[in-house]
Amino acid sequence: MSARSLLAFLAVLAVVALLAFGLLNKGATKIAIGDPVPDKVLPALPGPGRGSIAKYRGKWILVNLWASWCVPCRQEAPVLQRFYERNRADDTTVLGINVQDNEDDARTFLREHPSGYPQLRSVGDERSAAFGSTGVPENFLVEPNGDLALIWRGPVDEQFLRERVTPLIKSGS
Amino acid sequence: MSFRRAFSGLLPDKAHRNVLCALVAAAALTVPAPAAATAPHPAPQTTVNAIEAEVMCPICGTLLELAESPQARREKVFVAKLVAAGKGKAEVKDALIAQYGPSVLALPKASGFDLSAYLVPILAIAIAMVVLAFSVLGWRRSGRESQPSAAEVAADAPQGEDAERLEADLSRYDL
Repeated sequence: MSARSLLAFLAVLAVVALLAFGLLNKGATKIAIGDPVPDKVLPALPGPGRGSIAKYRGKWILVNLWASWCVPCRQEAPVLQRFYERNRADDTTVLGINVQDNEDDARTFLREHPSGYPQLRSVGDERSAAFGSTGVPENFLVEPNGDLALIWRGPVDEQFLRERVTPLIKSGS
Repeated sequence: MSFRRAFSGLLPDKAHRNVLCALVAAAALTVPAPAAATAPHPAPQTTVNAIEAEVMCPICGTLLELAESPQARREKVFVAKLVAAGKGKAEVKDALIAQYGPSVLALPKASGFDLSAYLVPILAIAIAMVVLAFSVLGWRRSGRESQPSAAEVAADAPQGEDAERLEADLSRYDL
């Protein structure tokens, strides 16, 4: 094999390796039911303080990724609040994580849609990437042991919570 | 008659003048000037368009100036507020990173697959330099091989009558 052929072969090999690496890398953020929930200590919203999903270990946690500019998030906020009020006595909580947003807008959102449940703030899309998120809102039910019990990539309503979420919580408690 | 003497009865004496001056000065201080009543707006150090052309809408994956999503609209408002507050381009970008993360900059991340955006050009330049070096060496080698030897040059030189005619032609051009 001549030097020129060897160089051409190496160049093609490099391009193929790069594409393969890209494909593998993109798939690395996928999460599935039964996986441990991705967690990280984040600033509390509106603050002060910090929090994480692990802080609520031992409870069922409905993790809700939201942003202030997202219209469906506005619609589901009161639904989540009512769910929280109904179930908080049964070792169940809702945990909001604000993503892809700026802090002022997030605070304004919480003033307009007060939530009794805890809220955290993730800068940029780092947490969205960890959850393999494709948009907002997205909801994840976490078992008391920290494993994912349900992944719902979209807004929740009363019917969904009653028919899909509550039975899981009741069966596990 | 001087003015002072003519109106001496109407003008205040020195002690009263001092009191009057003090009162006028105090009144001037207590009444705010219209210009001082409103806080001065800081002069903009950059423009919204200049920022929007250099930062991303992280959700859309496009430049902010091209994006029209709800998130992009909020980001544009955020930028406009900072520009109106007199922040410079670097300050606005820092604030954007603090709020939206480093992906807001129109730069690929220096990790994961995006790292290839930095590595590939470097590798391409390195490969191009190696190819160029091999090519130059090849050209030099082939040039040396194709160069005629002294014996070949001597053999190709005109002989006899041709040599004489060449010499005669060239001598005609001698100045």
